[in-house]
Amino acid sequence: MDFPDELKYTEEHEWVLIENDVVTVGITDFAQDQLGDVVFVELPETGDQLETGKPLGVVESVKAVSDVYAPLSGEVVEVNNDLPDEPEMLNTSPYEDGWMVKIKLADVGELEGLMDASGYQEFIEQD
Amino acid sequence: MKKTVLNQVHHQAGARMVEFGGWEMPVQYAGVIAEHMAVREAAGLFDVSHMGEIEVSGPQAFDFLQYATTNDVAALVDGQVQYTALCYPTGGVVDDLTLYRFAADDYLLCVNAANTDKDFEWLQKLLNESDFIDLKLINRSDEYAQLALQGPQAEKILAGLTQTDLSALKYYCFAKGEVAGVATIISRTGYTGEDGFELYCPAGGGVQIWQALMQAGEPLGLVPTGLGARDTLRLEKAYALYGHEITADILPLEARLAWITKLKKGEFVGSQALLEAKAAGLKRKLIGLQLTESGVPRENYPVLCDGREVGYVTSGTMSPCLKKGIALALVESEIADGEQALQIGIRKRQVAAERVKPPFV
Repeated sequence: MDFPDELKYTEEHEWVLIENDVVTVGITDFAQDQLGDVVFVELPETGDQLETGKPLGVVESVKAVSDVYAPLSGEVVEVNNDLPDEPEMLNTSPYEDGWMVKIKLADVGELEGLMDASGYQEFIEQD
Repeated sequence: MKKTVLNQVHHQAGARMVEFGGWEMPVQYAGVIAEHMAVREAAGLFDVSHMGEIEVSGPQAFDFLQYATTNDVAALVDGQVQYTALCYPTGGVVDDLTLYRFAADDYLLCVNAANTDKDFEWLQKLLNESDFIDLKLINRSDEYAQLALQGPQAEKILAGLTQTDLSALKYYCFAKGEVAGVATIISRTGYTGEDGFELYCPAGGGVQIWQALMQAGEPLGLVPTGLGARDTLRLEKAYALYGHEITADILPLEARLAWITKLKKGEFVGSQALLEAKAAGLKRKLIGLQLTESGVPRENYPVLCDGREVGYVTSGTMSPCLKKGIALALVESEIADGEQALQIGIRKRQVAAERVKPPFV
């Protein structure tokens, strides 16, 4: 399983790519593997305000429905509109084609709470 | 949790294991969709050893089964299988099952794993309360392993491992033979809608047959397949699953199972209630729905008509073949037969669905 070093991670199995005060968010390789074949993705709309820990969207595999939680608070500035049409990209390319949303952060200080790749790997091994 | 004789084999194959009906079973190996498509296009091998097997034999076996089950046992000949059900006196379903006739006085019932003990106790109770005395009722579930080899390549794969003439074995017929040197009941049946076989062998021979089939089948595209694909495959063909389309609170007549409910064969357990329900007119009907927008219908989601709840989804999934949401739903009969636009409530959305005459695929 792959956990790129340049990303930060949450306990809800999301990854975050930080570019100044805008972050790109998706689900980790571990999360997509646990879910199995993803067949449906529901995303927020540009302009939506997200609050840390509140649902950001929904990912459905053949077997189950899973909420995806906002890793950070802020405004949605871009969504991956290709994803609802090709939800399998979450399985095949979780860190690139499968990105979900870009969020303009309300509070850059929230980034402190995220794990780095080795911390996340430890977290899933303990879990 | 109970384990089948193939438990170790599944773990070694990298299967994801889940609890199902009291058993630890593989839900997927490579992935549900890939396994699903393999069964539709080549072949898949399922461990279904969790299923129960109950022997009914003796001079009164026929009369007892004719009384206990809904289908007409008189229609069966030796070597034939029948899909049938057990009902409560209320007409609700105890279980659905396949009935194997070895001889006029020798039958085997293959029942759902989670219902095996319930079914056996139910049959025992019927027996104790009836005048039937000259028959044996034996729960043989622990003695059998059962594998399901399903898909268009199934016959070709199996043919190399048995002397039994498979080309002569018709759908819903079976023969006693050997597979990979193991005594096996070879049954041309399944739960996927594809050609294929269900193989019953002594539990000790299960691994040997599994490995021989995998080895012979791999070049032809055979893959191990889990319960996830088993569910999507049966749902595309609109086959009922106990606990979903049929339960103690759902009549077989409501669940598109009138064809196995032979109300004219004479009295059987539940027949009175079923005749009365039919005369009064069925209140609910199971229908097929296909989403015309994106979404995945799931069990217990409401079916809506003009904003009113008119029924619920009994099973739903994203069809791997159609790439559309499909569902079986139990809805008010008038709605089922009508043409009003329907929606399925998925979280906060009302997603448009059209009636589809099953099967979906």
